[in-house]
Amino acid sequence: MAAQNVFFYVIAAVMAFSAIRVVTVKNVVHAAMYLMIVLAGVAAQYILLASEFVAATQVLVYIGAIVVLVLFGVMLTRAKLGQDVNLTNDYWYVGAFTSVILFAVMASALLDFFGDEPLDRAGAESQVPANTEQVADAIFGPYLVPFEAVSILLLAALVGAIVLARKD
Amino acid sequence: MDDVMLNQFLLLSAVLFCAGVYGVLAKRNAVIVLMSIELILNAVNINLVAFGAHNGTVAGAVFALFVIAVAAAEVGVGLAIVLLIYRNRRSVDLDEVAQMKG
Repeated sequence: MAAQNVFFYVIAAVMAFSAIRVVTVKNVVHAAMYLMIVLAGVAAQYILLASEFVAATQVLVYIGAIVVLVLFGVMLTRAKLGQDVNLTNDYWYVGAFTSVILFAVMASALLDFFGDEPLDRAGAESQVPANTEQVADAIFGPYLVPFEAVSILLLAALVGAIVLARKD
Repeated sequence: MDDVMLNQFLLLSAVLFCAGVYGVLAKRNAVIVLMSIELILNAVNINLVAFGAHNGTVAGAVFALFVIAVAAAEVGVGLAIVLLIYRNRRSVDLDEVAQMKG
């Protein structure tokens, strides 16, 4: 088995376990910590997919900013820091049923359609798909307009969050 | 089994997505619902980067970067809204926020 596959399955097992713990654990802070493990695992998968710039951005934005923001949210809303038995609503079994059925449908569709398609498709345009230089050329070339739109969106979200959370 | 398959990334992303869907449907704490939305967005990102690698183009990685930026904006505004709900109602229980129910 290729070394890349060994790393993939180890990281994927940790990620799947942690993702399920995020939504089943009874402590909000522990859920945030498990979320951090999942996000770090996603960054590792990006490195396995040879997209090192996306991996660096994932670590900076998700682990550096979003997890901290979520922890601030936990702190400011004074969600109970200890065990909280009432974290799930009365219809949790409907949600569990829905997500299990959804996974079954998605898994069977994926296995049916992509059966044993290799990751590196024969006849793909290049073999190193997403190194940093090519990502930069793409963002500031054909994707310049969406990039500027995202800048405006971030500015609007910043102003909106300040307006919403300000005490007056 | 020796090759790296496209499917293994897609199935991993399906696991993350379904965990996120369960969290959004079943949790009553607004902060945990926001975390579940982050799980869903990350599942989408894994798919985008995997298909980008599959096609040998850079578009998947670029779109993943856009999704990361939008997720950052979303969690900022979302937490501001959760903070407002907490300030008005002294709780972040989503089952109690039902004033607009017909």
